Amino acid sequence: MASKVIMPKLSPTMEEGQIARWLKKEGDKVSMGEPLAEIDTDKATMEMQALANGVLRKIIINEGESAPLGQLIAVIGEADEDISGMLSEAAPKPSAPTPTPTPAPTPTSTPVAVESEPQPSAPAETNGHAQPAVAAGGRMIVSPLAARMAAEAGIDLRSLQGSGPNGRIIKRDIEAALSQPKTGVAVGKAEAAKFQPSAVATASAYRDEPATEMRRTIARRLVTSIGPVPHFFLTTEIEMDRAAEMRKGINALDPDLKISVNDIIIKVVANALVQHPGVNASFQDKFIRHYEHADVGVAVAIEDGLITPVIRAADQKSLSQIATEVRELAERARNRKLKPEEYTGATFSISNLGMFGIDEFTAVINPPEGGILAVGAMTAKPVVRDNEIVIRQMMRVTMSCDHRVIDGATGAKFLQTVKKILENPLYLVV
Amino acid sequence: MGEEVAAYDGAYKVTKGLLAEFGPKRVIDSPITELGFAGLGVGAAMAGLRPIIEFMTFNFSILATDQIINSAAKMLYMSGGQFNIPIVFRGPGGSAFQVSSQHSQAIESWYAYFPGIKVVMPSTPADAKGLLKSAIRDDDPVIFIEQERMYGNKGEVPDDPDFTIPLGVADVKREGKDVTIVARSLMVPIALKAADKLQEQGVSCEVIDPRTIRPLDIDTIINSVKKTNRVVLAEESHPICGVNAEISTQIMERAFDFLDAPIKRVSAADVPMPYAKNLENLAIPDVDRVVAAVKEVAYLD
Repeated sequence: MASKVIMPKLSPTMEEGQIARWLKKEGDKVSMGEPLAEIDTDKATMEMQALANGVLRKIIINEGESAPLGQLIAVIGEADEDISGMLSEAAPKPSAPTPTPTPAPTPTSTPVAVESEPQPSAPAETNGHAQPAVAAGGRMIVSPLAARMAAEAGIDLRSLQGSGPNGRIIKRDIEAALSQPKTGVAVGKAEAAKFQPSAVATASAYRDEPATEMRRTIARRLVTSIGPVPHFFLTTEIEMDRAAEMRKGINALDPDLKISVNDIIIKVVANALVQHPGVNASFQDKFIRHYEHADVGVAVAIEDGLITPVIRAADQKSLSQIATEVRELAERARNRKLKPEEYTGATFSISNLGMFGIDEFTAVINPPEGGILAVGAMTAKPVVRDNEIVIRQMMRVTMSCDHRVIDGATGAKFLQTVKKILENPLYLVV
Repeated sequence: MGEEVAAYDGAYKVTKGLLAEFGPKRVIDSPITELGFAGLGVGAAMAGLRPIIEFMTFNFSILATDQIINSAAKMLYMSGGQFNIPIVFRGPGGSAFQVSSQHSQAIESWYAYFPGIKVVMPSTPADAKGLLKSAIRDDDPVIFIEQERMYGNKGEVPDDPDFTIPLGVADVKREGKDVTIVARSLMVPIALKAADKLQEQGVSCEVIDPRTIRPLDIDTIINSVKKTNRVVLAEESHPICGVNAEISTQIMERAFDFLDAPIKRVSAADVPMPYAKNLENLAIPDVDRVVAAVKEVAYLD
């Protein structure tokens, strides 16, 4: 029996994917597990494997074209099998959850005949499993129980593929989604004090505390004011002479170390985060998630985009470890070779535009993180010290806070700690 | 009172020894006139007795429905509460062995349809004793349907002469967590065998026997559905307007948000019971059909 090849979910935030390259041509033999195509997701280029044996009968989404999750992109079947029924289902769905695929920039022929074919009126006869939940005429099919479980857990049903008949989303699909990263369920009160391991390998363990009614009211009201994440901003100026001196000193010990000021900032922020658990936290609607370690995301500009590789447990790592890791991750980020677990699940982020000569800016929080620190350039400025005008290396930082979880004073105290350590980096060894 | 209940000890020997013990004034052979002796029973109940009327099979009770439905079930209401009818109509129902269309009918849904009457269907010897005693002691008319194929079944029965099981209370015959099977009468042992088979394949079934069709212990069923999220309803009667159609609706009304799959019914074929043995076997639900239904609601291939 012919099987459908659908746009797979290759990253936690992926909503649609673009075919970078088909690795097989129509008519080629394919076997299960063999690479079939390369797909550009929102963050990286990933390989898609064939999930059936047979012949690649039809490519529906051509190179350069995009398709939302779950959409039919190709058909694998026997060489002489009739696949016309399956192809007629490939017609565009009116209520697809994501914008319709972008027009094909490639010269290869698009399956015009397929798209103009009328929709089969009754999809109820198909009995195949593991189809996308939107398969039946663009309408999602969900069991009542699964719908309720998804609503309670805050899972977007559109991101799931149903494993029941006609692609129905059923209990086991929700349970599978719940075991995925970043969709953990609230733990009981008795367990609230303990940290539990994250579903993402190597990511920080966390503990969930129920959000108080006041906290939830604050969250609800602020969201109606500015967007889904109510930002506010805190700016301070930090004297960087000692940090710069320390950097020089360390690098003089071993020229291979190549520690940057940014590496020092990562380390200092990580240490400050574990001292201020209220900032190393994220708002999860019914509870506040506190993280055991500081997994610091470092924004890296890449060609036509931005990605935030994560330094896991930066509070526990040495400066040289951080420096090596940042360099290695940034290099792979630029080549778009990061794995999803390397750029998701940070607890806080840092964005540094100092190298572009920016004095000061505000950064947008990467949900569900509680905050992000925007770091400006370090510049020599006249400042007053002991009633005298002296020249110091000054750096302005602005912290964006998610007001649903961080209040003004909480953020200010955290920033105070960051400033204190950066101005006296010996605190790092105290 | 009934046909052959006294001198012949009952067509199925259910009344064996009763004539010798209680005498001809209390154990009475009737002529072949179901409407007549059912009416005698209703009159006796109005006069203060607790009659038990046996139908040789419930197929023949069809002749007596006017007395059962229009007299027994309505009397308390129509007399303004002056006459309750503490009567039991009992006998075998459902399929037997190759007795064809007119003698193989499961008609419990007919009687369960009417307010004013209770309908009881035991599935084990102990349940039969406890429920029959409760039916006799009940102050309202009770339809008590035994299953002809199950008359040979053996099981432990409490010696206590006062052992009773309250009407309107379901029994969880087997606990499980994946799928709820609701079964009554002949379908209970079949459901239990299906559950054994499924257990070997890692599927845990809960088997619930409502025992009383009216009043129906829907709470026990709903609580089970909330736990398992999947339901198979097995019955020996035809699917259309059957008892399971009612149970299915009540589950939808009360536990819709707990269902992970459509409710699946396993019923007798929607045809008059064939005489031919091979066709008769195909018309009555068996273990394999219950197993297949459970796999369907559990989304197993």
